[in-house]
Amino acid sequence: MAENNGLATRRHFLKDGLWGACLAFLGGITGFLVSRFRKTKTVWQIDPYKCIACGNCATYCVLEESAVKCVHAYAICGYCRICFGFFGPEPFDINEGAENQLCPTGAIKRTFVEDPYYEYTIDESLCIGCGKCVKGCNTFGNGSLFLQVRHDRCLNCNECSIAAACPSGAHVRVPADKPYILKKVDHSSGRSLPEHDA
Amino acid sequence: MMRFGYIIIGISFSLILCSVVSAVERFPPPEFESGYEIPSPTTPHPRQNIYEYIDAVVLLAALSLSSYLVLKKRSRRAIFILMVFSLVYFGFWRKGCVCPIGAAQNIVLSIFDRDYAVPAVIVVFFLLPLVFTLFFGRAFCAAVCPLGAIQDFVLLQPASVPDWLESGLRLFAYLYLGMAVLFAATGSAFIICRYDPFVSFFRLSGNFNILVLGACFLVVGVFIGRPYCRFVCPYGVILRQLSRISKWCVTITPDECVKCRLCEDSCPFGAIRDPTASWPVYEYGKAKKRLAFFIILLPVLIFLGGHLGYSLKTVTSRMHDTVRLAERVYLEETSQVEGTTDASLAFRATGKEVKELYGQASDIRAQFGPAGSLLGGFVGLVIGLKLIGLSLWRQRTDYEPDRASCLACGRCFQYCPREHVRLKQAKEAVSKSQ
Repeated sequence: MAENNGLATRRHFLKDGLWGACLAFLGGITGFLVSRFRKTKTVWQIDPYKCIACGNCATYCVLEESAVKCVHAYAICGYCRICFGFFGPEPFDINEGAENQLCPTGAIKRTFVEDPYYEYTIDESLCIGCGKCVKGCNTFGNGSLFLQVRHDRCLNCNECSIAAACPSGAHVRVPADKPYILKKVDHSSGRSLPEHDA
Repeated sequence: MMRFGYIIIGISFSLILCSVVSAVERFPPPEFESGYEIPSPTTPHPRQNIYEYIDAVVLLAALSLSSYLVLKKRSRRAIFILMVFSLVYFGFWRKGCVCPIGAAQNIVLSIFDRDYAVPAVIVVFFLLPLVFTLFFGRAFCAAVCPLGAIQDFVLLQPASVPDWLESGLRLFAYLYLGMAVLFAATGSAFIICRYDPFVSFFRLSGNFNILVLGACFLVVGVFIGRPYCRFVCPYGVILRQLSRISKWCVTITPDECVKCRLCEDSCPFGAIRDPTASWPVYEYGKAKKRLAFFIILLPVLIFLGGHLGYSLKTVTSRMHDTVRLAERVYLEETSQVEGTTDASLAFRATGKEVKELYGQASDIRAQFGPAGSLLGGFVGLVIGLKLIGLSLWRQRTDYEPDRASCLACGRCFQYCPREHVRLKQAKEAVSKSQ
């Protein structure tokens, strides 16, 4: 019986030792992480300077209607009469008719400002984030249309499905207090610059 | 002199034009005469940080309450109510992310990637359940984890799984944990999140294949209790081991076991262990030999696993974007395939050298070698230790839950006659005091 007791205490001692070691290990991890953590969470965003407007954003988002939408940096826009983000490659006519439009959902509104300028605004409730207009504007225009994750819709998944499918690595984690990477323009050189450069 | 300056500016301007074609103003912004003001794009805010902290506090409260209900109150009904709350709050309201299971990957990534600083809330979500398990057993699995809760709901016709099958299937969870750590550490992917079967239910939308996978888990879960928790969950693997040495743990009986065998079949997860009355003398010599064999086999298994993991590095490294891209670009460069993909087009648009990409990819692939052998060695170690554990004889005098497998659901309490005595005494004590 005494032997049995000895066995029991040895087992308890080992178990307590292991328990203490585990607690110390967890403490160690905490200490290590505390030395290099950040207070704000991170959110997903598209770097418009890397985005190639492939269209994956429209299809890969876990939401039925993608959290990615087109955003218009009006300050860069040329307010062209013939906008390559608005009109298809070979429009029948230069007017707002649905058959002339590039956008599959007609989410871009074209309004006359003054001769010869037209304003283009995005109706976010219609935009599906396919990036067709972005491609058109980048190829032939100023590149004022670009895709952004809209954070009123984004669920902020730990692994973003779009990021996993992004061919150019444009989907990146950004701190939540600076959740957008907007295109900005540097008028002195005529270049539009990434926000972190400007 | 002024004119000279203008020429310089003009030349540099045209140089910039040539270098960054896509980011150039082909049409200068107009100067409006009608008083039109240029609007600026809207930027709706993400969910406020304060809500993240509220989530952490709710997690702490739910864990504390769950531990109290499991160990002190011993009420299946109360545990069930807390489970419903967790399913609604952590599942359907919070939409699942970030959960402690997936947070493990962020922690691993932050250890291996210097550029990734892990948000404080994720650290809390990862560590709190571990600490609670070290003290109170798997209270997290019992009533806090929304993935466990959704499976517990559908468990209607529990069937028992034979021990050998249970242990064998559980190996997958260890492998899954190892792979999740490997791919998170190399910055390839978060596979736990990618193949999470239930998060699409919480969001009520998601990838079709994953929805089908989740539906399969739920259908199986009607007969086999909590299949994801027992055979797949990588976080559960860590909790199992911590629960083995927890300070307090679930007991079927509130005081003493009368060995009435009523609780024997009460556990849908096969976690109740029968008493083992005496040592099986006649098998002693045979068992000793078997144990010695498995102890010698352990290093062999570790070595074999490590070797297999190392030799699979070409396959495993394909999880990394850069490696996949480099392979594709190589095939295109050597004209083994026709056409391009979005990724290779995007790469060529950056104007980077192909050799630079190959260099990066082979560096990453080289990392996968030792990392893969660690993973393989880990799996070998797990198999070896399992075999050793199976050939050890443990003496038990009472019916008790296996500390590792017990999910603390509280179903067995009601089966114990001593529990009914306790409840009756408690009721009498209350009525006497009134």
